[in-house]
Amino acid sequence: MLEFDDIQHILLTRAPALTGRYEFLSFREPVAGREWVAAIREKVQSAHAARASVETDKRWVSVAFTWNGLRALGVDEAALATFPEEFKQGMATRADILGDTGANHPDKWVGGLAGPDLHAIVILFSRDAAERERSRSEHDKLIGRLKGVEVLSSLDLEATPSFDYAHDHFGYRDRLSQPVIEGSGDVPTRGSGAPLKAGEFILGYPDEDGPPANLPQPEILSRNGSYMAYRRLQEHVGAFRDFLRQHGKTPEEQELIAAKLMGRWRSGAPLVLAPNKDDPALGADMQRNNDFNYKEMDPHGYAVPLGSHCRRMNPRDTAANMNRRRMIRRGATYGPPLPDGIPDDGAERGIAAFVICASLIRQFEFAQNVWANDKNFHELGNERDPIIGSQDGTLEYTIPRRPIRRKITGLPAFTTVRGGAYFFLPGLRALGYLATLGDGRQSRAS
Amino acid sequence: MADTARKDNWMKPAAMAIPKEGYFKDKEERGRYGPIFPRTPACHGFTIIAKVKPGREQAVRDYGKSIEAAVEGDPHCLEVLKLHYLRWVLFDINGDTYFMYQGIFDTDFDKYTEDAVALFSKTGITTVFVNLEGFPEDWRTNVPAFIKFVREHQRQSFLEYGEYPYVSADEIKKALRVKAALSDMLDQMQ
Repeated sequence: MLEFDDIQHILLTRAPALTGRYEFLSFREPVAGREWVAAIREKVQSAHAARASVETDKRWVSVAFTWNGLRALGVDEAALATFPEEFKQGMATRADILGDTGANHPDKWVGGLAGPDLHAIVILFSRDAAERERSRSEHDKLIGRLKGVEVLSSLDLEATPSFDYAHDHFGYRDRLSQPVIEGSGDVPTRGSGAPLKAGEFILGYPDEDGPPANLPQPEILSRNGSYMAYRRLQEHVGAFRDFLRQHGKTPEEQELIAAKLMGRWRSGAPLVLAPNKDDPALGADMQRNNDFNYKEMDPHGYAVPLGSHCRRMNPRDTAANMNRRRMIRRGATYGPPLPDGIPDDGAERGIAAFVICASLIRQFEFAQNVWANDKNFHELGNERDPIIGSQDGTLEYTIPRRPIRRKITGLPAFTTVRGGAYFFLPGLRALGYLATLGDGRQSRAS
Repeated sequence: MADTARKDNWMKPAAMAIPKEGYFKDKEERGRYGPIFPRTPACHGFTIIAKVKPGREQAVRDYGKSIEAAVEGDPHCLEVLKLHYLRWVLFDINGDTYFMYQGIFDTDFDKYTEDAVALFSKTGITTVFVNLEGFPEDWRTNVPAFIKFVREHQRQSFLEYGEYPYVSADEIKKALRVKAALSDMLDQMQ
């Protein structure tokens, strides 16, 4: 039985937010940090609370901590040592494993995310800009009251128009393929597979391999928690549109190129089911738009190229142990949309997203390291993920076609990593525990 | 992110001398669990040498039989490991028995081990490693510990050679399928 009243809502629900703000914090004083946790905890909804009032709520708050942040709050060394190595090291330290090299290197990250002073994130999702402003000003007041909590940086999120469905700045429909957690009450859409054991995403529950093991201690700290990999990914919309024009003579051809990079038309319609022509009705139909496989329906990649983003991030029936590699995605777009036909204005725009999973090394890092950035994925030889892979202009992209495949050389980078971090997303009881560390109760690794 | 892409000519035999560390320091690439060992003309692979627990020699030999039976029952049961060859050897040093597990495969070291743990856990069959000294008792639930054991017992090659270098098992099978189809086609045209 999932403890809905203890699990942070972001793990199990997607708030109907059109705006939001992330604030990245540093605790200069443990006492101030704990006071902040105690205060913000009152605003963090559990999954149970968020579900009960999702129609009327206007603001949704989540908080998470880096390993350095847990230490800054006063978690003792014995307990800190029980966290997994990759979380202790943090995302910036593991940049080369993730493919964050060249323009993506942590030296070039913004907002103070690459340094050891990053301790926490507060996610303020809001129904509209006015509600975001309310959250921002209330949080400002809280920070102002506490001497010793500093905002390192912040990022405002905005859904990109048109608002009738979620999509990124390139125009691709998002949020189509999400794993469903057993016991969550959610029903998988057709083709999405059976619900997965909660332990794949939430600490303290059995996972696809069996009972929970090797959880961080003490149990009150880890139970109902999870890990979040944060990625701020700038999207180079001008370069992307130039690329489509360069490789497609007509608007139809350009749409097809865009679809071939992703594995879906920008409408969301999967190429496996709509190989030659876009089908927006299919893209919008959640009961049909995920109902396909690769092994039987498209083994050679004539519909969905073997190296496309969708095929790399979710190889479905063409990869081993898929149930141990799934990830929950949350997040939003940021920056001003670039209207069609306008040259790139140089403004930063992109996706600021979270990958939520029980094991960063097994789920998130595997996807980055093996699926996105292995040049030889599916024996391709000299390719990486065309959307999020580490691209430096020297790699290729193969589009299988009869009789002869099409190979695009010198693929440019359409995205750049501008920041990232590994966070631990505690349950609500764990937040209470963190808030009261040092009040005579010591954290103990058992 | 093992840089497994090679454009080398498979018709030109190649040899690679490997430094003591097992990787080239100037080209060091880090994998999720440690340095990535380079792909050589003889593909990826490992040579694990560990001491067999006293009295377990027969158990190791019997495990060879159980792998044989498993592959006979389901010829594709090891497919995920992307193997070319396995060679398992037992030998003695000063009265102690040692086990050598040599595998040639096409995925990188860490992925091979991760996939192997998943395979062994899922099928309920255990792993031959339980008969080796120092192997973690909690291997089923502690993949990092399993991988640490494998890395600690890996003996790096200092030379690897390929008569047809850098060719994956999938490519070889694809070529043989083409050959079979071609010969079938020629038969049909007689």
